[in-house]
Amino acid sequence: MEKEISILVIGAHEEILTVILRLLNKMDNWNAIGVNSCEELIKQCSGKNFRVVLLGGGLSAEQEQAVKQYVVEKCPDTTLVPHYGGGSGLLYAEIYGALKTA
Amino acid sequence: MYNKKLKIMAQTVLHTADSRGGADHGWLKSYHTFSFAGYYNPERLNFGALRVLNDDRVDGGRGFGEHPHDNMEIISIPLEGSLEHKDSIGNVGVIDPGEIQVMSAGTGIYHAEYNKNKNVPVKFLQIWVFPNKRNVEPRYDQQIIQTATHPNELVQILSPDKNDQGVWIHQDAWFNMGNLEKDHQVVYNFHKKESGVYVFVLEGSVSVDGQKLATRDGYGIWDTSAIEITADTDARILLMEVPMEF
Repeated sequence: MEKEISILVIGAHEEILTVILRLLNKMDNWNAIGVNSCEELIKQCSGKNFRVVLLGGGLSAEQEQAVKQYVVEKCPDTTLVPHYGGGSGLLYAEIYGALKTA
Repeated sequence: MYNKKLKIMAQTVLHTADSRGGADHGWLKSYHTFSFAGYYNPERLNFGALRVLNDDRVDGGRGFGEHPHDNMEIISIPLEGSLEHKDSIGNVGVIDPGEIQVMSAGTGIYHAEYNKNKNVPVKFLQIWVFPNKRNVEPRYDQQIIQTATHPNELVQILSPDKNDQGVWIHQDAWFNMGNLEKDHQVVYNFHKKESGVYVFVLEGSVSVDGQKLATRDGYGIWDTSAIEITADTDARILLMEVPMEF
């Protein structure tokens, strides 16, 4: 059975991305996958509606802008959330906040 | 200049010590003023750019193993005991009470923090401030806080300017600490009109513009330009000025 909440995480720091995905997938009804480039994000979003895109660290300002533009223009049902802190501290509050507005 | 008439417009928020969230992992006991990790309260997410105010106690010989951070200004202030730090950009050190440590996590950094002592707990504040720029180069610094030599004064311990007093961070934030004797009064003038100031009482009791605060109470005030603080007992306070919009 597919999990209820689908989350796409984009981040350039591979180890931090791994930690974030592990923490998100610990939650019963969350299903998170990760990508590290805008091209991969577009590929994933083309085939699936994600509830949340989490904008992780390590991207250039241009890459961040490209992600924001794509999600706003092409994924109207997706909430884009910038992630801060790189671990468990703020992660759940960021997703809960996004789900309230989604 | 402190002007009581301006207080009419001021907005405030009070977080009493016993209203904070908590986490007890045995070796780690933590009080969270704002939502953190497993504690989530949508009414307690931040005070402007101030996102985390954790009041931590770590048993002797224990600590946080290596873990990552990114895009956050992380400030540690030991209150009792000694905290050992090691990170992925080559910094190894110990911070003691009377010191402040800052880490700009930026694009990503790994660090570990341990109680330096085997038999004595370490108590410290961990404070996270949203940066004004994402993905900066990670950096680390620590400095001595000069409150002991300046009683009854507010001593700046953090600012946005690397050439100013105290450590600096990537945000328009100013932290001050003060050791006040009973009945002593100080005025804090805001650096920016867009700022708010969050007062955290470390020891004793104070009144901030008439609002009585006890140990570990927090009180945020904004839409004003100055606050007046009176020590109701001998007291130690931390003031954090941060932008309310960022």
